[in-house]
Amino acid sequence: MRVELDNLSKSWDGVVGADRITLDIQDGDLVAFLGPSGCGKTTTLLMVAGIYKPTGGTIKFDGQVVNEVAPKDRGIGMVFQSYALYPHMTVYGNISYPLRIQKVSKSEIRERVQKVADMMGIGDLLDRKIAQLSGGQQQRVSLGRALVKEPQLLLFDEPLSNLDARLRLTMRGEIKRLQEGMGITSIYVTHDQVEAMTMADKIAVMSDGVLQAYDVPEDLYDHPKTLFVAGFVGNPPMNFFDVEIMATNGDFRAKSGAIDLVLPYDRAKKAAERAKGKVVMGVRPEDIYLVDDSAPPAPGRTLSADIEAVEPLGREDLLGVTIDHVQMRVLVDKTKGARVGDAVDLVFDLSKVQFFDPETEQSLLWA
Amino acid sequence: MATGKVGRRFSYAFLILSIVPILIGYTWLVIATLSTRTQGLLPINAEGGIGGLTLSNWKFVFEGDIWNAMLNSLLIAVAMVIGVGIASTSGGYALSRFKFPGRKAFLTGTLVLHAFKAEMLLIAIFFVLRWLGAIPVIGDYIGFNSVGGVALVMVALELPLGIWLMKGFFDNLSWDMERAALIDGAGRFRVWWQIMLPQVRPGIAALALFTFIAGWNAYLVPFTFTIGAKVANMPVFLNQLISDTAPVNWNLVAAVGMFQMIPLIIFFIFTQELLLNIYAGGSKGT
Ligand SMILES: Nc1ncnc2c1ncn2[C@@H]1O[C@H](COP(=O)(O)OP(=O)(O)OP(=O)(O)O)[C@@H](O)[C@H]1O
Ligand SMILES: [Mg+2]
Repeated sequence: MRVELDNLSKSWDGVVGADRITLDIQDGDLVAFLGPSGCGKTTTLLMVAGIYKPTGGTIKFDGQVVNEVAPKDRGIGMVFQSYALYPHMTVYGNISYPLRIQKVSKSEIRERVQKVADMMGIGDLLDRKIAQLSGGQQQRVSLGRALVKEPQLLLFDEPLSNLDARLRLTMRGEIKRLQEGMGITSIYVTHDQVEAMTMADKIAVMSDGVLQAYDVPEDLYDHPKTLFVAGFVGNPPMNFFDVEIMATNGDFRAKSGAIDLVLPYDRAKKAAERAKGKVVMGVRPEDIYLVDDSAPPAPGRTLSADIEAVEPLGREDLLGVTIDHVQMRVLVDKTKGARVGDAVDLVFDLSKVQFFDPETEQSLLWA
Repeated sequence: MATGKVGRRFSYAFLILSIVPILIGYTWLVIATLSTRTQGLLPINAEGGIGGLTLSNWKFVFEGDIWNAMLNSLLIAVAMVIGVGIASTSGGYALSRFKFPGRKAFLTGTLVLHAFKAEMLLIAIFFVLRWLGAIPVIGDYIGFNSVGGVALVMVALELPLGIWLMKGFFDNLSWDMERAALIDGAGRFRVWWQIMLPQVRPGIAALALFTFIAGWNAYLVPFTFTIGAKVANMPVFLNQLISDTAPVNWNLVAAVGMFQMIPLIIFFIFTQELLLNIYAGGSKGT
């Protein structure tokens, strides 16, 4: 089912939950709503579900405005972070509930519940009480309950955030496989960007009730249109620092204090043409290397820095360094054995450098 | 946290000590109902020696009046449980979940009304019951000097507490479960009946119990708004017993009082398990 949100807004006397959200979800796509806590993801989702009444704008399902349609008539299934199972019913009672309301025949209910439960791997738990299930099993029941009525649209509100990391990984894959296999259009709310990046066909990044970007995952990562998106997508977050772009004998250089880097010609030219004075330059932590045999110093792309903090991340170390009072994060191989207090040389890979206008916070490259 | 052996002994000793006075009171009550006279906890016969046990105090159970009073008590208590139960569970849900004009005023209003003692309202209620009594056909059942009228007044007096209690229970339920049910296809009434009410069963049980006891032991309202033995409930009947006979036969009074307690005791024995579960059940919900 195709879903279109047009200037969708919700506010409660003064408190803005969602502000003029406009986006278009293609049939069969999984779209992730990504953003920090309180940015309006749940609010938008509940408007799509029909639980919240929009204070402005429209919601269209397959071209039909559904603003006034009751939740039960929207043909949707929803999975909640809290699972929202009915604790006084068994697993069977929970999954069959939507069908019992629709007065489907007993035998058909039995058949469909069993089918969904088997698909979710909980076929042998049907007689259990909800309290006798683990968190992961409860989430499967909740997913089964959403799927059993064969909805046109599936809504997920942070369905995995109460599960442990390993289970989250398995469930993530399972949900994606189910959704793709059944071809059900889905909206998936999360504040976990890895989840969004790996599962979604398109990601809607929100902050403060406003849609910041709506794009395919790769474009969000490689071509962020705003400073917020650049800083929010990617972990550890992108480094930002103020520089001036100077054109000197055919080269573009970024300058600010001790920072002096030769920039890739095309990006720098584009940014310089649109910049009004200073710009915000962005470099991801994984695009900065410690100078050694495998990464020789490059003329015009090497700066010296002091290591202030080392944060082991398992396979890699996250370094906090300063270059003449400018702080940056650098992701390096563990084997480099970096230590706090070391003075090191860093070489910058600037092929993916980003530039933003400090006033409007719009990208100077992609906006 | 494990309690030490000494600590446990101490708490048992404390609990036992604190119920001793109550136990003594009940022991006296039982002995008194079976004797002609008592001195302290001991039954005394005509000669002043120990003895003189008798069942004569219990003769009243073969008279019709007491059974009539008991039936009236039961009617009042059951009517209250049903009336307060329905109004509190539906009203409490609405006040917990819906926004509507006057909601705040209603909430504070009921709270303020609850602060008024029933005594202050007696005269006003008398007029209301007189009006109700003037309604054709049903007037005889809900007006002045009727069991229905008493039940109606008692329900009204009990409602503020009931509504607030149930609102509190509903407030503690997650919205998600309700939203899930709405999306699953349930209407508002079905959500209330099939999803929300089962979650607040402990609250309903507690409310039913409080209401039943309040109705069973009601004295002031039945005493004020009924005349004569026909519509008297147990406490009123007991009072009539004390004032009608001179000198007062305290052993008879004790027996009637004991008789009044028997249904409550039976009720407690059967609901003990449920009552002990109220707390545990309430916190298990989420
Ligand atoms: N019923 C409500 N009444 C008033 N304000 C609300 C209500 N629901 C949400 N808000 C406000 O709207 C804003 C967005 O809330 P929302 O629940 O949509 O955030 P979210 O993106 O889902 O956050 P989280 O990741 O923490 O779940 C918040 O500022 C919140 O305080
Ligand atoms: Mg949320």
